Amino acid sequence: MEKRKELVVSAIENGTVIDHIPADKVFQVVKILGLEKVSNPVYFGTNVESKKYGKKGFIKVSDKYFAPEDVNKIALVAPTASIIEIKEFEVINKQTVTIPDRIEHIVKCFNPNCVTNKEHDVPTKFTVIKDEQGNIKLHCHYCEKNTTQDKLEFI
Amino acid sequence: MSISLKNRSLISISDYSPEEICHVLDIAEDFEKNPHQNLLNGRIIASLFFEPSTRTRLSFETAIQLLGGNVIGFSSTAGTSIQKGESLADTITMVASYADLIVMRNPIEGSARFASEVSKVPVINAGDGANQHPTQCMLDLYSIRKTQGTLENLEITLVGDLKYGRTVHSLVEAMCNFNAKFNLVSPVELKLPSVVKQHIKDRNLEYHQYTELEDAIPHSDIIYMTRIQRERFPDPEEYEKVKNSYVLRNYMLDASKPNCRVLHPLPRVNEIHVDVDANPKAYYFQQAQNGVYARQALIASILGLK
Repeated sequence: MEKRKELVVSAIENGTVIDHIPADKVFQVVKILGLEKVSNPVYFGTNVESKKYGKKGFIKVSDKYFAPEDVNKIALVAPTASIIEIKEFEVINKQTVTIPDRIEHIVKCFNPNCVTNKEHDVPTKFTVIKDEQGNIKLHCHYCEKNTTQDKLEFI
Repeated sequence: MSISLKNRSLISISDYSPEEICHVLDIAEDFEKNPHQNLLNGRIIASLFFEPSTRTRLSFETAIQLLGGNVIGFSSTAGTSIQKGESLADTITMVASYADLIVMRNPIEGSARFASEVSKVPVINAGDGANQHPTQCMLDLYSIRKTQGTLENLEITLVGDLKYGRTVHSLVEAMCNFNAKFNLVSPVELKLPSVVKQHIKDRNLEYHQYTELEDAIPHSDIIYMTRIQRERFPDPEEYEKVKNSYVLRNYMLDASKPNCRVLHPLPRVNEIHVDVDANPKAYYFQQAQNGVYARQALIASILGLK
């Protein structure tokens, strides 16, 4: 008998599904998108089986759509994520995230002597540099040092 | 097309295009011929030195006085509100309401860029920690052009601490605009960082790495010596191992080209032996003097007076 595929969390009527998040990055994505502060219903799951990735995480946010520049920020930790917009239970748009050219406010500069770490209220600003291997570096607008992916720390 | 640098802060040498850099050098040349020009006519320049400096502060203040301006400011944070915990943003906002231009040295990296965003008057970065020191770069370029007659197609040998030396990084970046060839002479521990080397590669320029200084001397137009900075080494033993790696002696310059000149951002410790000082190819003291003309040129240009 064919095994019936069940949804882990019920479908949403309207809103956004963020799928294919690396299993260990769900909570970081929640933080980057500021979902701990919204009043909309938010459902999430992690360590869910995925044919493509082995284990994955997902987030569903009811009655909320994101601007591309906001949702693209999650590409720093979840480059494989896809963003699915739902209206009346139907998929109206599906796309993968792309890494933005600029990142502001959400990541710390790794340089302890950078003005963003030494002074209060100096928000971080980075230009995103991608090398040939697809590795990402964040070039600090202030101290001009590069924060590499292994040193990424979210504010 | 005429070039104007009015109200343009100088934080990093790459803020100015090669044409704009050459424009500043032309004005500096004019100031060298005629240093006393009362262009500022009593205008006020703030000189904010959050950490000690000898040459940079004195040459800025000399430049301001030669231009007929007045200086306000401090040479250390002792006795200022900064010690009471005032933020950099507040200090800069206040000073910008007193002065027409701010010259700032601060050990915090990126502080100058931030100050330029907060300030309503332009800011000249006189050094922000290990990050940038663009006015030193400007006087280095002035010295190179003056001694060689051009900035184009020169062979530049950089010696010593190529890893931490911010003047080296800025000079490499700037000279990449002028089709330079680079010889990099350093201990293995102090090699030029890959991010700086990338500027050379991006322009498809030639560079060679040497461990022996004498191998690079015969074909160099400029030998740019640097101090190996004790304060950069967490382990004193590591410093002891490399501190005397390169010492330029007078006899070594016998093999150099007639147009070759020796530069050093100063202070030196022992990397240039005093027996070089009397050699006409030693240019480091004139280089420090050129700092006054380069800074006069920057102040006058940024205030729209040249």
